[in-house]
Amino acid sequence: MSVYSEIERYHDFDFRSFFAGVSKARVEAVLAKEKLSEHDFLVLLSPAASGCLEQMAHRAHRLTGQYFGHTIQLFIPLYISNFCSNECVYCGFHRGNTISRKKLSLAEIEEEARAIAATGMRHILLLTGEAPGVTPIAYLEEVIRLLKRYFSSVSIEIFPLDVEEYKRLRLAGADGLTLYQEVYDEDRYRLVHKAGRKTDYRYRLDAPERGARAGLRMVNVGPLLGLGEIRSEVFFCGLHAKYLENTFLQTEIGLSLPRMNPAEGNYQPEFEADDRSFVQFITALRCFLPRAGITVSTREKASFRDKLIRLGATRFSAGSCTGVGGYGEGQPEGTPQFEITDERSVDEVVQAIRNAGYQPVYKDWDMI
Amino acid sequence: MQDEQLTIGGHVFASRLFTGTGKFAAKDWIPRMLEASESGMITVALRRIDSHGKNENILDFIPKDVVLLPNTSGARTAEEAVRIARIAREAGCGNFIKIEVITDMKYLMPDNYETLRATKVLAGEGFAVLPYVLPDLTLAKKLEEAGAAAIMPLGAPIGTNRGLETKSLIALLIENCRVPVVVDAGIGRPSHAAEAMEMGADAVLVNTAIATAEDPALMGRAFSLAVKAGRLAYMARMAEESALAQASSPLTGFLD
Repeated sequence: MSVYSEIERYHDFDFRSFFAGVSKARVEAVLAKEKLSEHDFLVLLSPAASGCLEQMAHRAHRLTGQYFGHTIQLFIPLYISNFCSNECVYCGFHRGNTISRKKLSLAEIEEEARAIAATGMRHILLLTGEAPGVTPIAYLEEVIRLLKRYFSSVSIEIFPLDVEEYKRLRLAGADGLTLYQEVYDEDRYRLVHKAGRKTDYRYRLDAPERGARAGLRMVNVGPLLGLGEIRSEVFFCGLHAKYLENTFLQTEIGLSLPRMNPAEGNYQPEFEADDRSFVQFITALRCFLPRAGITVSTREKASFRDKLIRLGATRFSAGSCTGVGGYGEGQPEGTPQFEITDERSVDEVVQAIRNAGYQPVYKDWDMI
Repeated sequence: MQDEQLTIGGHVFASRLFTGTGKFAAKDWIPRMLEASESGMITVALRRIDSHGKNENILDFIPKDVVLLPNTSGARTAEEAVRIARIAREAGCGNFIKIEVITDMKYLMPDNYETLRATKVLAGEGFAVLPYVLPDLTLAKKLEEAGAAAIMPLGAPIGTNRGLETKSLIALLIENCRVPVVVDAGIGRPSHAAEAMEMGADAVLVNTAIATAEDPALMGRAFSLAVKAGRLAYMARMAEESALAQASSPLTGFLD
């Protein structure tokens, strides 16, 4: 069993002519339904649906309020290493980039953890580049055990692992997994991932389900918007999340649509989603997947992110630093993986959430 | 006609409306909602209690005269629920525990089997156990036998606001259970709460519908009135609905 067979079903599907053929009346018919099918979701991703954005926004707002209440869950990312053996043409950590490379020692990580914990943050997301030789499982286990002393939830956004390896990290205290496919279109995937372990499309694609099978409580998927044709990428993201929801009833499924920012590699994305389309995609995903968590990162600018609070978002990163370390006394090392655009502190983000009439949630999990 | 008292776990509750702490736009709505709704018991997920000095602690927003009903939300097994309950008691959250074991994150349906296992252990340890379950009479009788203080059947899946979709199954529980039946989850409007009370439920627990209302305090008040109205109707032995019309001048009356 794999989500691959779900994606395969659309191998010969002509997205372009499907989208071109969607009428406004068809969009309205979809919005009148209570439960949306895969095809209904596709209809909401069409250019024609952009004309019904206000209705979609209201539906997304209502559904999010119903299932998540007026709350936004907060988390903070911590990069512990930017060593990487991959050549992803769009990424600042690309192995060909001559940037200063750094892996934090346990003592350095503890210093970071202390500084982050002082901001009140209780959920942390641990990130690394893909260099299993530099950051092996044993090291990650130690890091997770250390972070568990400071945080109630530790999630990982690292290179894909086997079920057994995910189990080891779960037993060390990790409870969530974020793993972006970057691009679901297999041909495009090959084009932008030139070398390294990451060239294996299937191994990465199946990683979220391996994580779920290993018992991780929360699994988060998504494409990196900019690498493939946007509407079909968002569709595959929805399909992926739906497949995981249906297959792993025990796992909380979430998704995110990170939009490309200029990184060190100076990669110019071939595909772009403007703000209006982005809102359409987020609200379409919410209509299709009422219970899925939706994360919005600091890639989005502050004013735009604040608007998304009422449009389906359920999780925000805050106070983010995308270089290695950067929260403690020392300066962040090396070039960041990507440039953040929302540079507000945790307190400022919290205030913005409150101003929108929402409750910022620092903690909603404890592994007891 | 004097209503009988609602007693659960040795505690007498003046109000038959119980509430929850999740989903509010701001925590300071909680005390205002409690005052307006007169709710005497409120449930709180232990996993959401944040004792970090910098952050707001939800317990500080609950007045002392309101009974705390910690719940085991997040538990996937009986063992986890038992651990959470013990921690809640040690943390000073009292003797009540709502057992919520959910292994299905899609529909958030309770796992009845794990819930029964946890109830046996915790009732044995002296907790006032309120298990949240799919309405199943056989299970309810086993929960009673295990020492549950009340049974909390769901009306519809959590957060759906769809009302009493399981009405006929809940009716069996009401008819046959010795311990109080508290309808929990799915109650989206005051009229749903009234409906549950009319059919003889001992109390209802409402969270989403109150917490996500534009004015949670006002909605809490609306639910409070609906629960009272439904209870009064139940006590007044309201006329049963009938599928067939009943003529007010019966045809066979001459035989009497």
